Amino acid sequence: MSDLAYKVPTMAEMAANNETPEVLFWVGCAGSFDDRYKKVTVAFVKILNKAGVKFAVLGTEESCTGDPARRAGNEFTFQMLAMSNIQVLDMYGIRKIVTACPHCFNTLKNEYPELGGNYEVIHHSTFLQQLIDEGRVRPEGGQAFKGKKITFHDSCYLGRANNIYEAPRHVLEALDADLVEMKRCKTKGLCCGAGGGQMFKEPEPGKKDINIERIEEAIATGADTIAVACPFCMVMMTDGVKNKEKEHSVKVYDLAELIAQADGL
Amino acid sequence: MAIAQQVIFIAVLGLVAWLAYRRIALIRSTILLGKPEDRSDNPGERLSTMLRIAFGQKKMFDKPLVGLLHFAVYIGFILINIEILEIVLDGILGKHRVFAPLIGSFYPVLIGFFELLAVGVLLACVIFLLRRSVVKVARLQPVRHREMNGWPALDGKVILIFEIVLMIAILTMNAVDLALQDLGNEHYPQTGNFFFSQFLKPIFAGWNENTLVIYERFAWWFHIIGIFVFAIYLTYSKHLHIVLAFPNTYFARLIPKGKMNNMPEITTEVKTMLGIETAQTGDAPAIPDRFGAKDVQDLSWKNLMDAYSCTECGRCTAACPANITGKKLSPRKIMMDTRDRLEDVGKIMQANGGKFVEDGKSLIGDYILEEEINACTTCNACVHECPVRINPLDIILQLRRYKIMDESQAPASWNVMFQNLDTNQAPWKFSPGDRFNWAADLEPKK
Repeated sequence: MSDLAYKVPTMAEMAANNETPEVLFWVGCAGSFDDRYKKVTVAFVKILNKAGVKFAVLGTEESCTGDPARRAGNEFTFQMLAMSNIQVLDMYGIRKIVTACPHCFNTLKNEYPELGGNYEVIHHSTFLQQLIDEGRVRPEGGQAFKGKKITFHDSCYLGRANNIYEAPRHVLEALDADLVEMKRCKTKGLCCGAGGGQMFKEPEPGKKDINIERIEEAIATGADTIAVACPFCMVMMTDGVKNKEKEHSVKVYDLAELIAQADGL
Repeated sequence: MAIAQQVIFIAVLGLVAWLAYRRIALIRSTILLGKPEDRSDNPGERLSTMLRIAFGQKKMFDKPLVGLLHFAVYIGFILINIEILEIVLDGILGKHRVFAPLIGSFYPVLIGFFELLAVGVLLACVIFLLRRSVVKVARLQPVRHREMNGWPALDGKVILIFEIVLMIAILTMNAVDLALQDLGNEHYPQTGNFFFSQFLKPIFAGWNENTLVIYERFAWWFHIIGIFVFAIYLTYSKHLHIVLAFPNTYFARLIPKGKMNNMPEITTEVKTMLGIETAQTGDAPAIPDRFGAKDVQDLSWKNLMDAYSCTECGRCTAACPANITGKKLSPRKIMMDTRDRLEDVGKIMQANGGKFVEDGKSLIGDYILEEEINACTTCNACVHECPVRINPLDIILQLRRYKIMDESQAPASWNVMFQNLDTNQAPWKFSPGDRFNWAADLEPKK
């Protein structure tokens, strides 16, 4: 499959050709700049290509949704970013957005409407589930996951914030792996420690870092793969695994990467 | 003697009603200090939330055993009120067991049912007391949670002991009543045996009629005065949740937990800065004196009702990732501090003819520390756990808005993040022009 020419059309290109995409892929800052999460962006783009989804990205016209500023308390910066984004999205007449970041997802879906930006927003876990259900993606022909133990770490902004618990699990079930749950999962899921602006500052004084507390629980399941669906969770879980010196036996992957691996992409 | 009792009873009842009215009026006026927030939408969904969460105690059954015990106390409290109605009527009318002749042979069945409930309350309260004092459930321990030191820990135990004593009073009162009925005392009409208290009769076997009458009167007065004292006490206590759980769940948030409240007062300014036309400048909300919340008056009335509804069970704090890992933040403390501040504001209002006079204190700084609100990951675990739908996160975020926007007090690394967002439109220091460079990784490798 590596000879397949993957395409990433931008909205500017599409608009110039008078085309409209089925869905806009909102990449997010981590997906654009973070070396680890760029791999998730690439994996998701490969899946979109393989499934024949007519998509586009904003490229350099995208900005942060403003989530970290708003959660930290800086409403000015949030609204400045949000308004600019809404201007760009509306200029292109965007209706449907998919994103791999639960923070972008939550902000675009729940908080942009009050500022005048109304779109159908879905998280990539839901989107992947739909592609699998429709048979547009078949996780086969690549790496076999049978017999592997995977545990899923719920992201707060997907789970409690938006009640999405089943879609990521359905995606993982398609891998035919052994899905094991942590004691604190779904509505009781423990945060990775990065939300609410914590990603961008040192933790307050305490006895332990939150991601260590969480990774101990994940490792205790005996899983060899920790599946995440959020760029911040990815960083926190990966750091946790390193802290426990388990990086050779326990891997942290995003849902899209696992599906791409299973699909041989 | 009977007339004297009637007069005293009516006087006591009047005093209690007046004290309760004063307290309720004060609580109401402090809640109304909060900013307006419309929670009148979707009455059907609101009603069903209240019926499920408050009336049906749904969230309490997340912990099945505790849920069951709490249900016993709850149902006991609600239904025993019918018996209290009889007691109050007896007190006013100078009668004894005024309902007995009205419902005849059903009366002992009814009282028997109340006794069953009373035994349930008694057992549950004993177990709850043991959980606090012997089993030492972590979330209720002052050693582990500093906000529970002093009055809150004592308050929890006082309420339980209060309920145990009241239940003992009602059960022994009934037993003595039965003993007096057996002796054929004319003031104690024959009702037939009661389900539980008939087994307590042997305790009073050797007592003479006079002593029995004195004990019966003592237990009757002790029980009803106890209930009156309790009614006033609960307005000062965490126990206020038994009333406020109902409105608090009715007015709970119905929108997704992830959504933060908008600040429309900022939007006009942002639009002007971006050169976007604003439709009608006349309708634009005025720029407020203060951004975010510094004190209780800056919060919404619902935040304040939340504070009075908190019964300090600590489920929020036990689920808080910051608290679990030893940070100063405790969502329960956020609610308790908000109420403490409100109570202090209420006292100032009472001393100044209903007007609040600045005392140089504020919720953030004097009650809640910056370190606490800065530790929050906004994970919504506290919001999810609360059995009466309190939202500590909403308060935390409003306090943050004040610290950041009004006082410009942010952790240094947050200021760097804000700067990056303002200049590069990303929280990290990357050039916006490099945002699409990731696509190069898609080129087939050579």
